[in-house]
Amino acid sequence: MAAIASQGSAGAVRRSPRRPLVVLTFIGPALIGIAVFLIYPLLAAIYFSFTRFDMFNPPVWVGLDFWQYVLFDDPTVRVAAKNTLVFVVLMVPARTVGALLTAMLLNAMKRSRSTYRTLYYLPALAPPVTATIAFVLLLKPGTGPVNTLLAQFGIEGPGWFNDPDWAKTSLTLLALWGVGDLMIIFMAALLDVPKELYEAASLDGASRRHQFRYVTLPTISPVLLFAVITGIIGTLNYFTQAAVAGSVASGQVTSGSGIAGTFGYPENATLTYPMRLYSIGFGNNLFGAANVMAVILFVVSMTATIVLLRRFKAFTGSGS
Amino acid sequence: MHRALKRRTTLVVGVAVALTMFSACTPAEAPKPIATPGVEPTGTVELWHFFTDREAKALDDTLARFKAKYPKVTLTVKGGQDDAKVTTAIGAGTGPDVAISYSTDIVGKFCAAGAWVDLNPYLQRDGVDLTAIPEVARSYTEFRGKRCAMPFLADAYGFYFNKAMFAEAGLTEAPKTLAELSDMAKKLTKRKPDGTIERAGFLPLFGFYENSPSHFAPMAGAKWLNADGTSAIGADPAWKALLTWQKELVDWYGYDKLEKFRASLGDEWSADNAFHKGKIAMAVDGEWRMAFLKDQAPEVQFGVAPLPVLYASHAGAGYISGNVIGVSRTARNPEAAWALIKFLTTETDSIVELSNGIRNVPTTTAALTSPQLHVDPAFQVFLDIFANPNSGTTPPSAIGPGYQDTLSEFLMAWQSGSKKDLAAGLADVDTRVNKMIELAG
Repeated sequence: MAAIASQGSAGAVRRSPRRPLVVLTFIGPALIGIAVFLIYPLLAAIYFSFTRFDMFNPPVWVGLDFWQYVLFDDPTVRVAAKNTLVFVVLMVPARTVGALLTAMLLNAMKRSRSTYRTLYYLPALAPPVTATIAFVLLLKPGTGPVNTLLAQFGIEGPGWFNDPDWAKTSLTLLALWGVGDLMIIFMAALLDVPKELYEAASLDGASRRHQFRYVTLPTISPVLLFAVITGIIGTLNYFTQAAVAGSVASGQVTSGSGIAGTFGYPENATLTYPMRLYSIGFGNNLFGAANVMAVILFVVSMTATIVLLRRFKAFTGSGS
Repeated sequence: MHRALKRRTTLVVGVAVALTMFSACTPAEAPKPIATPGVEPTGTVELWHFFTDREAKALDDTLARFKAKYPKVTLTVKGGQDDAKVTTAIGAGTGPDVAISYSTDIVGKFCAAGAWVDLNPYLQRDGVDLTAIPEVARSYTEFRGKRCAMPFLADAYGFYFNKAMFAEAGLTEAPKTLAELSDMAKKLTKRKPDGTIERAGFLPLFGFYENSPSHFAPMAGAKWLNADGTSAIGADPAWKALLTWQKELVDWYGYDKLEKFRASLGDEWSADNAFHKGKIAMAVDGEWRMAFLKDQAPEVQFGVAPLPVLYASHAGAGYISGNVIGVSRTARNPEAAWALIKFLTTETDSIVELSNGIRNVPTTTAALTSPQLHVDPAFQVFLDIFANPNSGTTPPSAIGPGYQDTLSEFLMAWQSGSKKDLAAGLADVDTRVNKMIELAG
């Protein structure tokens, strides 16, 4: 033991003078990537948020004008931010719990597990645009199969994507439908929980519920944390499905920048923060305001990530 | 202390370098001198457009004649390019020489920012007579005295009605006024015993298919912007009259019932379009709907007319929009680019050929009256709408369609009844639009 410690110490002392260069060579490409694709755009966004910028001419410094506009003058930004927060509250728990329950059920299955696993995973493979179009048509009031089926039982189905009171729920159902990606990760995490822990807990008289609470959850908590953080970041950037759903439900399926005309249908119920960012920038040519929104989005995402990481500390290995 | 100072200095220098980089990495003015008259264009020119399928084929046919006329120009064409791609590419300095956009909404931005170059020097050098283009098409292709675009065919929006349903209800001709439209809509509407709508005479909801405030504005001659570019919406009584009429009709149907009915209708661009399927008897739509009807619902007997109007003095009006074409500031070959634009937008044979192929409205007086233009009585209605001085368009603005979007947002709340004070709502639209215009500079 002492010999090993001594060797280690000697090795540290005799560290090659070229070692930093070697390390830099290995991490260099990653550092360049981070600098070019993260640090530079981030600093650029901060700078452009204080300027009038049209993408064609040198930016003109306008101070806090666009910050004032985004934070206080544009009520639609507030609607979009509120909608996005509601989506975070609805979708992240729904997807996380839904994926975990599905994974537990599938892992508990004795037969046909692979068939069901494939079935549950399939929706996650569908391109988001196609999946959204199919889902909206399934739920289309009046002619969609879901409401037609409900009508067979004398139930008048809701307006789903066409009703401002149901549109967010409908998008959450769509997110839940495509939960297969997360389910696969949870299945792997659950299979990694040592069987001995369950056996020991069982010998100690722990019920199934207690085993889940005191064995399963702590063991898979890093994966749970990963699911929650990526879920929050993904939902804060939620765009495609909401944009396509609004377009299809409004009866004006279109593509390209024309789709911005149906953003938020019905009655801004599905307007998300990134959608407003896009329309302010590319629609209204207020790229300074769009950059303000991008900076705020980054700060919120970063804060949520740091708070969660500190709260759970699971990734650092110091336990929850 | 020394280390802290060093770190702070490094930070300040770093930020200064970054700021310099951001400024340096943004595109600067790239003026290009124009050639002397009579110089034959040569070299390569790249055209981006958004057309697909049948329409792209029609454009290719006309471009083949351009290639024959200018053998020293090599033309490369990229289809399926939308405005966002063009904007990004020009901003990055990799834009095409020439681009066609489907929206007049980009004109204000592209002219103001100089993304498309001012064509006035070329027009003056080559003696192009702009009065050959109707005023409405001239107005949506220039901004603040800068003509950075030319009209590339136009769309005229008018009124469609189902002749069989009209005959069934004892009606003989399209409504001329909004009051007549309301009466006919009520007459042509069919409800189920529980009051739900089975067939709507006219579906007045904004946001449904082509029912947008921009397409309805010519019904009352409603004004969008003042001469100084600020919003005219709140102060124009025409908007109040138009929106009051619309809300009254919505309330007659019942907003919830209309929304429920609307939710059951097929997509606008599919064969399940409500007008094709006989679910609505009348609709506001563009001239291109005729081609859709011919292709997807040839059994539907329809008639077309100008929009019904609030006042008789606006008779014959419709909404006019169109495609626009311009030369990028980053064009590598602006002379050949201009030659292409001139060929496509000022030569009668080209315009007529494009109009016949794409079935959009030609944009010069000579093309409108050309014997080569394929005109049937229905298409003639749209040609007349295009030429009618009461017809209106949406003026270019530095905030693009921002003023239309802001009004639309209010109208969603207005028609649902969640906002009831029309005057206050329109005044708020003015405030918001003016703020955006101020920020856009």
